[in-house]
Amino acid sequence: MKVEQRPTDTTPKEALTDKTTLLKLYREMLLIRRFEEKTAEMYQAAKIGGFCHLNIGEEATIVGIISALRPADYVYSTYREHGHAIAKGIDPKAVMAELFGKETGTSRGRGGSMHLFSQEHRFYGGYAIVGEALPIACGTGYAINYQEKDEVVMSIFGDGATNIGAFHESLNVAKLWHLPIVFVCVNNLYGMGTAVNRASAVTEIWKKACAYDMTGERVDGMDVLAVRRITDQLVAQARNQHEPSLLECLTYRYRGHSMSDPDTYRGKDEIKEWQTRDAILSLGEYMKNQKMLDDEEIQKIDEEVTAQVEEAVKFAEESPEPDPKDLYRDVYADEAAS
Amino acid sequence: MAVLAMRDALNQALREEMKRDESVFLLGEDIGLYDGSFKVTRGLMKEFGERRVLDTPIAEEIIIGTAIGAAMAGLRPVAEMMTVNFIMVAMDQVVNAAAHIRYMFGGGTKVPLVIRTPGGGGHQLGAQHSHSHENWFAHVPGLKVVAPGTPADAKGMLKAAIRDDNPVMFIENEGTYAVKGEVPDGEHLVPLDKNDVKRQGDDITICAHSRMLIVAMDAAAELEKEGISAEVVDMRALRPLDMAPAIESVKKTSRLITVEEGWRSYGVGAEIAARVYEEAFDYLDAPVARIGAAEVPAPYNKRLEKIAFPGKADVIVTAKALLGKN
Repeated sequence: MKVEQRPTDTTPKEALTDKTTLLKLYREMLLIRRFEEKTAEMYQAAKIGGFCHLNIGEEATIVGIISALRPADYVYSTYREHGHAIAKGIDPKAVMAELFGKETGTSRGRGGSMHLFSQEHRFYGGYAIVGEALPIACGTGYAINYQEKDEVVMSIFGDGATNIGAFHESLNVAKLWHLPIVFVCVNNLYGMGTAVNRASAVTEIWKKACAYDMTGERVDGMDVLAVRRITDQLVAQARNQHEPSLLECLTYRYRGHSMSDPDTYRGKDEIKEWQTRDAILSLGEYMKNQKMLDDEEIQKIDEEVTAQVEEAVKFAEESPEPDPKDLYRDVYADEAAS
Repeated sequence: MAVLAMRDALNQALREEMKRDESVFLLGEDIGLYDGSFKVTRGLMKEFGERRVLDTPIAEEIIIGTAIGAAMAGLRPVAEMMTVNFIMVAMDQVVNAAAHIRYMFGGGTKVPLVIRTPGGGGHQLGAQHSHSHENWFAHVPGLKVVAPGTPADAKGMLKAAIRDDNPVMFIENEGTYAVKGEVPDGEHLVPLDKNDVKRQGDDITICAHSRMLIVAMDAAAELEKEGISAEVVDMRALRPLDMAPAIESVKKTSRLITVEEGWRSYGVGAEIAARVYEEAFDYLDAPVARIGAAEVPAPYNKRLEKIAFPGKADVIVTAKALLGKN
């Protein structure tokens, strides 16, 4: 599917020049890329079961939006959320262990790939019903206002979710109740195998914010600096003015919808074309041009994150399975009821 | 001890819990300025303000979703669904989210919320406002489901539900809001997992909940006049289902009738009967008799509606038949 880019942010790249920040963004994107490549490998080796949706290709969007948050801010996500969890600070070991179904996983092996969670990191979960988490994110936004805190909620979902009722109900009350939420649509152009223009009457998803008199923005989701800059603005708006917004990040998943997707609905040329705009390569090039990074350092970062991923796999492999006697644990908060 | 209508007992419970705990807030359609469709929330917005009594758009999914997200972030929401039929619009939030979040996230969070909603027919409200669906929710692990039938239980169970750390479906009944009864003042808590015997008897056991409890009590009073001693077990705690009083009763009477206002198929009575067969089969002198609504969408016509929902006469006829006293 062809889309027209509409970067609304015209600030020059130089606005984010701090080397430490750029290195952090680069490293996180590469970590997510290597983590997901390893995840695919482990899935093919049958170490991971169920459905498995990868973030490969979407790293700039993920790191750009989530790095704009504070640790106390909340993230609600979808079933394609391994990278989101890592970007929010969850140890890749706990994420990999969850994919392996182990007791040491983020959800003690009860959730799996689609249901990562961490109270400590305010990563409020991966949800596998499209659009379901948006109303829940609104509730957390309501609680923030109720408790008079200055936290922000980031609600992340795909393009497919913007056609479901829950999306519209959520944007409506977010604006009506002045909730501190940034709604982020990760538009990877396909809801499973259905292209946006075959599912949505409005293909420029940011425009859907207009119906709720809400700020709507579209950004090149392959440019981590552009994503980060616009998200910084929208997070500040949510935090300081309690004004929600809708941010559309145009990006692309290089792999299929899930590991079991033969990917027959889009052309190989299209995939290659998006890969020429790879976010990790472009940031690397940019930093090299700025003399912030050289090939040797790039190689070193790659080795470090690859080792981190290997360590995550080792941890997951060696972790215990949940004990069968704990099957009924946590059905209820009071164990007597379980 | 004051004599209160069910709606006022519920109102008292809400008011007391809101005063006790700042994290308790209410949300729903027309519960504030309008005072609630059935006046259960009367006066609460005036007393507690719009922050704690939140009038929502008519958008059921956002109501339940908001309650869940607020609960996960430390509040204790009490959501009102104007009727149980409306909750169908929000079933994803109730079942896939509220009920499953704790387990699927490995116990990493909890969802302490109450969803109050009335079911029940008999008011000529037709096929989209008259049903009883407590069995739908009682089927789901992760939810607690209660359906009190007296004002005292309504108050005590609502207070307990608000203090509970799990999602609780609190099933009310449109036909009971005006029913009066004695209600203890102040701190009165009724556990969510205990059923009890509301009337002692020796010849036959009648299990009922919500408005059918009242029907069963009336029927038992009539039966007594005809020399039949019926024991009425209140099945107010549907999930977790406390079977102990019913099992004890059946061991004494050897005959059981279940009464529910909803359809019998896959219903509350079916579950109770199965449990009794599993746990007290040898004590039974007759098959369990189940009474429920006619298996039709609730009709509007008054005459048809009257025969579609179970009443006192159905219980009396069934009890006599079971005892061979026709």
